[in-house]
Amino acid sequence: MVESSSKNRTLLEVRNLKTYFPVTSGVIFQRKVAEVKAVDDVSLNIGRGEVLGLVGESGSGKTTLGRTILQLQPATSGDVIFDGVRLNDLSNKELRSIRRRMQVIFQDPYGSLNPRMTCGDIIGEPLNVHNLAKTPREYDDRVADLLETVGLNPFMADRYPHEFSGGQRQRIGIARSLAVNPEFIVCDEPVSALDVSIQAQIINLLEELKERLKLTYLFIAHDLSVVRHISDRVAVMYLGHIVEIASWQELYKNPLHPYTQALLSAIPIPDPDLEMNRDRIILQGELPSPTNPPTGCVFHTRCPKMIDECKEEIPALMEVDSNHWVACIRASGYG
Amino acid sequence: MATLLEVRGLTTHFFTDEGTVEAVDDVSFSVEEGEIVGVVGESGCGKSVSALSVLRLVPDPPGKIVTGEVIFDSQNLLELSDAQMRRIRGNRIGMIFQEPMTSLNPVLTVGKQITEVLELHLKMSKGAALERAQDLLDMVGIPDPKSHLSDYPHQMSGGMRQRVMIAMAISCNPRLIIADEPTTALDVTIQAQILELMQRLSEELGTAMIIITHNLGIVARYAERVVVMYAGNVVEEGTSRQIYYNSRHPYTLGLLDSVPRLDDSEGMSLRPIDGLPPDLIGVGAGCKFSPRCPYAIEKCVSDTPSLKTLSGMENHHRSRCWRAEDIVDMTIQTSIGEQFG
Repeated sequence: MVESSSKNRTLLEVRNLKTYFPVTSGVIFQRKVAEVKAVDDVSLNIGRGEVLGLVGESGSGKTTLGRTILQLQPATSGDVIFDGVRLNDLSNKELRSIRRRMQVIFQDPYGSLNPRMTCGDIIGEPLNVHNLAKTPREYDDRVADLLETVGLNPFMADRYPHEFSGGQRQRIGIARSLAVNPEFIVCDEPVSALDVSIQAQIINLLEELKERLKLTYLFIAHDLSVVRHISDRVAVMYLGHIVEIASWQELYKNPLHPYTQALLSAIPIPDPDLEMNRDRIILQGELPSPTNPPTGCVFHTRCPKMIDECKEEIPALMEVDSNHWVACIRASGYG
Repeated sequence: MATLLEVRGLTTHFFTDEGTVEAVDDVSFSVEEGEIVGVVGESGCGKSVSALSVLRLVPDPPGKIVTGEVIFDSQNLLELSDAQMRRIRGNRIGMIFQEPMTSLNPVLTVGKQITEVLELHLKMSKGAALERAQDLLDMVGIPDPKSHLSDYPHQMSGGMRQRVMIAMAISCNPRLIIADEPTTALDVTIQAQILELMQRLSEELGTAMIIITHNLGIVARYAERVVVMYAGNVVEEGTSRQIYYNSRHPYTLGLLDSVPRLDDSEGMSLRPIDGLPPDLIGVGAGCKFSPRCPYAIEKCVSDTPSLKTLSGMENHHRSRCWRAEDIVDMTIQTSIGEQFG
């Protein structure tokens, strides 16, 4: 194992990661007939204490990328390096200790909590799994403490998930992920299922926890306006590829990839006068099938700036400005 | 412009084992000919049940329209017989629902589902209906419409299915289309396609449209007038400029503050509305927003406010708040306070 050092600024590094799912045919003798390239050659890194936003539409591979990073889904090839340790070859036993340091918050606050466990048991389960509470007293105190951390009342520990609202359930999910004192949390669309006024509560909570507990997030969402509030940098994903990475300000003011430009213009801003004068780029067509992605640049079938060269070569992610990476041959400064 | 739809004092209750759910309580709003009206609110605020009540599609039992009037084209829909109502639904009022997969019949082809409407309402022959169906699919931007007529809904993507729903909604040249969260199940870039299409069709065909959504951005982009709902009530109604720039209801203000915006300035944190929406069983007196309201005074807890036109406001900007007239001054004060604080 590579020696881990806490001085390391990069907490997580992903190199040329590929996650393919086989498409099989036949019942008994299953043959692989095709592949879904959910994550295709993705490289990125996340610094300690940083929040990287990851946006993309459904089917873009953002959730699979999150799951592959956490080793909940084996990678087809490539490396996931967490604090200097390459996770791909670790045994389950070795992974277990690493898993204490990386956690996940799921999208669906209804489906991700066991309806037959009390809220206290849900939050306490990771403590038992990792033997973090020596005595029952310590266990109870820790659960109460966690409930308070996420803004719930400790006396709620005996209640079942159905007694809570969506926003409260998401708080339980957050408390569960915090139970093992992780350093890194993959937040997989944590606010998508919530109402607007509750969304803001959860985003503010996640932001506050990040500061207080010095956490690092990979924040997955399909909504750029949510991501911008919490992210330092944002990566835009399309059909398994990362097409652009930049700081939020840079991405918003100077989007270089035509897909990012279209995505930004597609999001309406709650301001009627501003909306009246905004340029709208309406993309034609829909996301192609990841089983049979287009040749060359995967976006060329819908791209308003497409030229013949785009059909042939897959553009690599290149740094066109300091810390602004883009994968498009038509982007200014590229190549 | 003439008023096309006027809803007055609409009240719909659900009678359940736990008690009476006052899902829609004294809802009033109007839609002019050819206008796009946005109805916004969070889940459970009664926006969908209001729409279903207008169409008389509330499942009975447990639901029941208790009182109110729905005047469409100078006819009270609530007084019509079921047969008369069937002739209006899908014909003069079109509908688009949120989930295009569950609202289309999975065992009928798309062509069959569109021609069925045409044959029923417009008494078209099979051949004429097929031809018209093909034109409709073309109008909603489905490429190669002829071949798609024989498709089943599961063979289409979510965006395509929503286009089929729109084709069905406009098939009989309705005066009004009610769209309930038409793009919530769709991705952002597809959402933009569908909404642009709906806006273009509304303009071309002169059809009025009610867009029900929780997305304040969509309303700002497409609606001319806005109805804000909370806990079964209309809390504010006005033009979109009145609602977004001169809101006179604390809930609308809170909602606008809590929405993350693409153009928010750096480091600005969101200001959520504290607390949760109320349970709609056994609602007592007082404003339903008062427990979460930063402006609440004693009167708000004891007396129920009604939806009142604000003084000196043209285009009837209405608010259901005891302190509607004070709110302007207070928002100015708070922003000054923030600057100096």
